[in-house]
Amino acid sequence: MTMSDLNLTNLIFGRLSLEAIPYHEPILIGTFAMVAIGGLALLAAMFKFRLWGPLWRDWITSIDHKKIGIMYMILGIIMLLRGFADALMMRAQQAMAFGDNPGFLPPHHFDQVFTAHGTIMIFFVAMPLVTGLMNYVVPLQIGARDVSFPFLNNFSFWMTTFGAMLTMASLFIGEFGKTGWLAFPPLSGIAASPDVGVDYYIWSLQVAGVGTTLSGVNLLATIIKMRAPGMSMMKMPIFTWTALCTNALIVATFPILTITLALLSLDRIAGFNFFTTDLGGNPMLYVNLIWIWGHPEVYILILPVFGVFSEIVSTFSAKRLFGYTSMVYATVVITVLSYLVWLHHFFTMGSGASVNSFFGITTMIISIPTGAKIFNWLFTMYKGRIRFTVPMMWTVGFMLTFVIGGMTGVMLAVPPADFVLHNSLFLIAHFHNVIIGGVVFGLFAGINYWFPKAFGFKLNEFWGKVSFWCWLVGFWVAFTPLYIMGFMGVTRRMNHFDDPSLQIYFIIAALGAVIIAGGIGAFILQIFLSWKDREKLRDVTGDPWEGRTLEWATSSPPPDYNFAFTPVIHDSDSWADMKANQYQRPLTGFVDIHMPKNTGAGFIISALSFVFGFAMVWQMWIPAVLSFVVMIGAIIVHTFNYKRDYYIKADEVTRTEDAHTRFLESHV
Amino acid sequence: MSAPHNHSEHDHHGDHHGHDHDDGNHGSLKDYAIGFILSVILTAIPFWLVMAKVFDKSSTTAIVVLAFAAVQVVVHMVYFLHMNNRVEGGWSMLSTVFTIVLLVIVLAGSIWVMFHMNKNMMPSMGNDVHNMQDMQ
Amino acid sequence: MSDINANGALSADPSARYYVREHHPENSTLLGFWIYLMSDCLLFAGLFATYAVLGRSYAGGPSGAELFDLPLVALNTGFLLLSSITYGFAMIAMQRKNLKATIGWLLVTGVFGLGFLYLEMYEFLHLIHEGAGPQRSAFLSSFFALVGTHGLHVTFGTIWLITLVFQLKKHGLTGENKRRLMCLSMFWHFLDVIWIGVFTFVYLMGVLP
Repeated sequence: MTMSDLNLTNLIFGRLSLEAIPYHEPILIGTFAMVAIGGLALLAAMFKFRLWGPLWRDWITSIDHKKIGIMYMILGIIMLLRGFADALMMRAQQAMAFGDNPGFLPPHHFDQVFTAHGTIMIFFVAMPLVTGLMNYVVPLQIGARDVSFPFLNNFSFWMTTFGAMLTMASLFIGEFGKTGWLAFPPLSGIAASPDVGVDYYIWSLQVAGVGTTLSGVNLLATIIKMRAPGMSMMKMPIFTWTALCTNALIVATFPILTITLALLSLDRIAGFNFFTTDLGGNPMLYVNLIWIWGHPEVYILILPVFGVFSEIVSTFSAKRLFGYTSMVYATVVITVLSYLVWLHHFFTMGSGASVNSFFGITTMIISIPTGAKIFNWLFTMYKGRIRFTVPMMWTVGFMLTFVIGGMTGVMLAVPPADFVLHNSLFLIAHFHNVIIGGVVFGLFAGINYWFPKAFGFKLNEFWGKVSFWCWLVGFWVAFTPLYIMGFMGVTRRMNHFDDPSLQIYFIIAALGAVIIAGGIGAFILQIFLSWKDREKLRDVTGDPWEGRTLEWATSSPPPDYNFAFTPVIHDSDSWADMKANQYQRPLTGFVDIHMPKNTGAGFIISALSFVFGFAMVWQMWIPAVLSFVVMIGAIIVHTFNYKRDYYIKADEVTRTEDAHTRFLESHV
Repeated sequence: MSAPHNHSEHDHHGDHHGHDHDDGNHGSLKDYAIGFILSVILTAIPFWLVMAKVFDKSSTTAIVVLAFAAVQVVVHMVYFLHMNNRVEGGWSMLSTVFTIVLLVIVLAGSIWVMFHMNKNMMPSMGNDVHNMQDMQ
Repeated sequence: MSDINANGALSADPSARYYVREHHPENSTLLGFWIYLMSDCLLFAGLFATYAVLGRSYAGGPSGAELFDLPLVALNTGFLLLSSITYGFAMIAMQRKNLKATIGWLLVTGVFGLGFLYLEMYEFLHLIHEGAGPQRSAFLSSFFALVGTHGLHVTFGTIWLITLVFQLKKHGLTGENKRRLMCLSMFWHFLDVIWIGVFTFVYLMGVLP
């Protein structure tokens, strides 16, 4: 921009113009039409049923970890639909685009699809779902009433959501990045990607990243400080242990992402030279830094899910988890080692034999503690009274699928092998193998397991099983061809192929994706039908699975305050211990309970950061500065609010507990 | 690590709520004074070493100056931040140690990786030999 | 612990060992803030790593030896160190429950902070004016990013300090305000720790051949 361009219109509107709306892309216009109609229908329903008030009071402004956990899950599932739509588009394109057939996604569109697919799945599906589970379950498992910083929890959720909204905005105003989900320079630099796509990517992640980092601080402080009396570290539930390590990883690694993306945006906006190809810049430094973040990130995704499986295996084998101590040590070792393997993501970039060997060895070592966990789960199941509920089926599916994915990872850990397989479809198959077989299977297991606690009724078993089988079969049908093609040398991220012998593989892979779509459809149907049949599926005891940990000591759903009296812990698997000693819940003597107040500040500050992010993307400098200043102002105003709590009076607690007593008695 | 203790006997509200006791983790005038004086010395010496070009080799200067920095960081941690392994049941110390370990890994790892990468892949940048056999 | 059960009879309630009537969990604020500081430390680690890798990439432009004004840096270091000790005095005043002295020392700290920022802005503008702005080379980009991020943190710390002064005037030395003072104390000293890294790694080592 020259000096003559710096007039008021430019300072307000930046690069934004009506041309940003993709009139010429029928797929996008169609999508927008559907979203608009659906959105309007939703808004109309909100007005008709007067839902705005309750929505604002009970959900948007809620600082209750249970509500926030549920909202994270809703966000993750909605974004799963978007991310999976991208997957279906890619599978369709690659199944048809051979020889003369260009398919329906030209490169500039296909590139955005695979970039958005990865970005959304990692940041706006997996992270929120994992965070949502930890948010909902951990305070209950440790006998606390909420997290350490309830307002910060609400703020973190809205930052994540508005980050997701920035990515969604790119669909209808402008475009998304075409660089892949990690946006390597120089492709992501201003010279090669002058458009807004990479900026949308950067600012979505920066906004969401603030939320994630603060959530990490929150849960870490919660687990350290808010455990019930008697719950020493080695008496914590194993899911809480994995949550502790996960959140330590979040706090320790997300700052690297934040700063690396900040440096990239300085290159793009202000002409700095960190990752440029001239004036001393070094694009490989970006790759180095982003993978220092990126590797711990995948452990952030998998560790909570390991915790989920531990709880489920133990509950549905009716046995204490085998080797609790070694599970804890394995988790801690994985946490530390996850910082020593990052270079395996770029063995091929010329660091040489000594560097590659070091990281190859550490990568192989890190598979060992995970192997130990698998054995511990198997030993837990051995001679247990196993019930093959839906969560348990997901768990067994995980054990078979994830182990194979892990093994292909060890193959890739060998640098000479990686020189052949890097950036081939083998790599794609490997990481989908561990992410779907590990993270996604674990999330569905956890959702089926804890759904009754959150909503008061179990999920429909039949459709749960349909969903599971569709995912399991669909995954293997979709990705086995990719493993094979990877061995044959086929490269990733191609929107067109010349070799017709590959087409059959891609067609099979597309079929697999359709089967998975069936699995997702079955899951949605499962939720809908369960809600319809909720009285039949009602969880009357609060402990539908004969659980072993404290969350099952509460009603389903728990009251706002979780526990009328804070539990005292004497053994690990505390609820199992309480039941074994004929624990009776107290019926009288309730006291006032101190609770934090709902607030709209989190939503407002996050909305302002959305405006700021959008303005930065489009270089609308005046709105950017203004929204930033107002955001800081809103934060300062919020800090002047000292009256953030209230008391639930003893007689209200008594009424709630009495109602629950009557409920239990009427369902004996 | 210490388990959180419970205060079932208390009925304090408002100002005292949430465990307001002075946990003893505050500095005294003496602490701040010692810390300040040590910091001044530990700052002045490195500045002098560099500005007066005391050592012949820059690598010696660099190592000495870094050592002084490390010591001064410890001085700040102890005298200004009152760091010890009792604060917050030892969690303060543990998180600090963890962070320092990661900091060393990030710094040393990046320098090591990037040095080798530059040496192998940008031979014009200070490396005369273009021979593949020299790849390290 | 005996209890009156639902039948009204006094009995040793075996369930009573499994709960307490009132529980006040310890306040998490100081630990939580420390954990946040650790994350901030790793943010700076990324910046230091960037400077370590790119710090000698002059791209034919000026080097640290040619640009850095060590006496100015020494003065700035002095300001920051003094501000640390004046914040310490504020904390001692807080412990002695002396509101006026607390606010007074806070304001002195703020003045030193502003002095630090002023000198740093002066240095940056001077460099840009000489054609040694952040766009000139990777070395200068990483210099401005690292030192600038530290300066941004000091800026936010100063804004926070001023806000706290208003809040102290309004509410006095309440428990909540004391926690905020302790958090800002940690933040302020932490920034001085980072500065030790900056003046050593960037300035002192930067002028070495």
